[in-house]
Amino acid sequence: MSGLTLYDKLWNSHLVKDLADGTSLIYIDLHFLHEVTSPQAFEGLRLAGRKPWRADANMATPDHNVPTTRDERSRGVEGIIDPVSKIQVKSLDSNCVEFGINEFQIDDPRHGIVHVIGPEQGRTLPGMTIVCGDSHTSTHGALGSLAHGIGTSEVEHVLATQCLVQKKAKNMLIRVNGALAPGVTAKDVVLAIIGHIGTAGGTGYTIEFGGEAIQSLSIEGRMTVCNMAIEAGARAGMVAVDNKTIEYVKGRPFAPTGELWSKAEAAWRDLHSDADAVFDKVVELDAADIVPQVSWGTSPEMVAPVTGKVPNPADAPNETKRNNYAQALKYMGLEPGTPIQAIKLDRVFIGSCTNSRIEDLRAAAAVVKGRKVAANIKEALVVPGSGLVKAQAEQEGLDKIFIGAGLQWREPGCSMCLAMNADQLGEGEHCASTSNRNFEGRQGFGGRTHLVSPAMAAAAAVHGHFVDVRELELH
Amino acid sequence: MKKFIAEEGLVLPLDRANVDTDYIIPKQFLKSIKRTGFGKNLFDEARYLDKGLPDADCSGRPLNPDFVMNQPRYAGASLLLARENFGCGSSREHAPWALDDYGIRCIIAPSYADIFFNNCVKNGILLIVLDEKTVDQLFQETFANEGYRLAVDLPAQTITKPDGTTIAFEIEDSRKNGLLNGLDDISLTLQNQAAIQTFEAGWQQKAPWLFGQQHV
Repeated sequence: MSGLTLYDKLWNSHLVKDLADGTSLIYIDLHFLHEVTSPQAFEGLRLAGRKPWRADANMATPDHNVPTTRDERSRGVEGIIDPVSKIQVKSLDSNCVEFGINEFQIDDPRHGIVHVIGPEQGRTLPGMTIVCGDSHTSTHGALGSLAHGIGTSEVEHVLATQCLVQKKAKNMLIRVNGALAPGVTAKDVVLAIIGHIGTAGGTGYTIEFGGEAIQSLSIEGRMTVCNMAIEAGARAGMVAVDNKTIEYVKGRPFAPTGELWSKAEAAWRDLHSDADAVFDKVVELDAADIVPQVSWGTSPEMVAPVTGKVPNPADAPNETKRNNYAQALKYMGLEPGTPIQAIKLDRVFIGSCTNSRIEDLRAAAAVVKGRKVAANIKEALVVPGSGLVKAQAEQEGLDKIFIGAGLQWREPGCSMCLAMNADQLGEGEHCASTSNRNFEGRQGFGGRTHLVSPAMAAAAAVHGHFVDVRELELH
Repeated sequence: MKKFIAEEGLVLPLDRANVDTDYIIPKQFLKSIKRTGFGKNLFDEARYLDKGLPDADCSGRPLNPDFVMNQPRYAGASLLLARENFGCGSSREHAPWALDDYGIRCIIAPSYADIFFNNCVKNGILLIVLDEKTVDQLFQETFANEGYRLAVDLPAQTITKPDGTTIAFEIEDSRKNGLLNGLDDISLTLQNQAAIQTFEAGWQQKAPWLFGQQHV
C-alpha cells in the first residue's frame, strides 16, 4: 500500500463516519465567524432552538464591513457611519454574547482580519480542521491544517453539529523547484501558479504546495500562497509542517504550553505527506522561471510577468478564452500588446488577508522609504491585517515611512479587497492591489484591479505605473 | 430545505465563462442580515447601468439593454444556461439566495466552483453538469428559438427539449436524495449524535490541546 498525503492524514484523523451515500461526516476543530456570512446562520439556530455544539471551538471578529479611518474607528462600533454596516457588526456582537462565542470586537487591540488573527493568536494550529464562511479560509493551511471556506448553511451546520458532510477531494501536489530570485515573493509564486493551472485547475482537489521554493518561504509567505488556493479553484491549500511551522506557533497566546506543547509538537511532526504518497495530479514549476507578476484582466489567472505585455485575445487557446479575454480587456480599458509597465494607475491598496502581515508591510516600506507617491496616484492605502500587526509596524516606524511617502495609514480590516466599506475604487480607475481578486466591480463599481505583491504595489505607488521591483534600489 | 423534483421553464442563456459570485451578487448587498430579497440585485452590475445601493428600490433604475437578462424574451426564466467554472470566487451563499429569489431553480453548465455547488444544493437549486459540446448546442438552440423551454426531471435524471428528445445527466446520490426530499441537513447529521460524541471523546484523548483553547 502506498503512503498517505498530508490531506489524507488530516482527513483520516477527523473522520467521524462514512455515510451510506459516499459522503463522510468530518469533525471540525475550529470555526471562525465574521459579520457578513454569519447572521443568517445564528438566526437559523434561534428558529430551530439549537445551541452551538462546542462554543470553545468558535472564534469571531468583524472584518469585512468595518471602516478603516481612525475617525470612525476611534468610537468603536458606535462610530460606524453606515447604518446598515453598523447593524451587521452589532448583530455579530449580540449573537456572540447570546451563543457564548469568543469575539474580538472592533475596538479590541487584537481585532483584525479573521485569517490574520487566527494564526497570529495561535488559534490556528497544525493538524486542525478549520472552516469559516469565507473562501480565503484556505490561508490557515499554511500551518499544516485542513482549512476551507463554507457557505452560511454550513456555518449553521458546523455551529449545531461540530461537523460537516463532505466528499473527499482528490490530491494535487504543486511543487515549486529551486530557489526564488531576489524581488520575487510568495505572491508572485501563487499568481504564477494560478496563471499556469487556471482558476478552475484545482477544482475538486486539495492542493499541497511543496518543493524548495515553498519550503524557503516564511510562514507568512506560505499563508499568502495558501490564501489564493481558492483562486486556483481548490477549496483547501496546505503546506507540510516543518521547523518553521513549530517555531511560528510556539509561544502564541492560544498555543498549548508545557506538557501539552510537547505532546502536540510530537503529533505535528508527522504532518507531511509520506515519501511514497501518491497524488492524483502533480504540477511542477521552476522557481527560476517566476518573475514579479501583474494581473491584467478580470480573473486571477489573467496574469503576466512585469516584463511582459497585455495579451491579444486572438492568441488565446480556445473560443471561450478568446471571448473571456476580450470581455476582460474591454472592462479593463486595455489594448492588446500594451506593455505591463505602461499601465497607468490611479490608486494603490496594500492590505487584505493575502498581504497585510508584518513582512508584507516591511517589504512595501522598504520600497517607498525616502520616496514619494507619484502625482497621478489619487490615493494609496496601507491597511494592516490586525491591531497587533499595526502596533508592531508602528514600533518599527513603518507607519512614519508610509505617511512620509504620502500613503495613508489605516485601521485594520478587509477594506478595499472587497470594498464593502467606504474604501472603494471609482469607475474606470486602475488600482495596484495586494489583494486576491480582480473580478469586475470587486473593488468598486467599474473599478479595475491589478493583483501584485506588496513590493510591486509600493513601487507602483512611487512611479504611478508598474515597474519591475527587481530594478529598484531598496532602503 | 426546499425540494427540487422537476422544473419546466424558459431558459436564460448567460454566455460567459468564469462567472464569479461578485458578478452574481455584488458585495454591497451582503450587508443584509436576511436570506431573502436579493433577487432584484442578481447580476446587479451587468443588469443595471447605475451603481446599485443596498435596500434601494430598483424599479426605476436604468437597465442595461445589452444584458441578456433584460431582453423581454427571457423574462420569467427559471433555468439558467451557463459556461464553465460558474460561481467561482467568494463563498457567499447570497449568490444562490439571489438566484433563488429571482426564480432560478436549475442551472446547466459544463462545470461549477466547489463552494458554490454546495451552497446551491443547500438551497434546493439543481446544478446540472453537461459536457461542453451539449451546453454549446443548448446555447445555440436557445438563441435561435424565442421562447425556448426545457423540462428537467430529477428522478428520471433527464432534460427534455421542445422537440421531445432528451438529454440524460448524472448526479451524485447524496445530492439527488437531498434535493428530492428537501431534507434538513442538520437534523440528518444529528441522527449521528452518538457517533460524533464518541469521536469527540476519542479525539480529545488524542489531541487534548484542541479543546478548551484558553488564552494564557
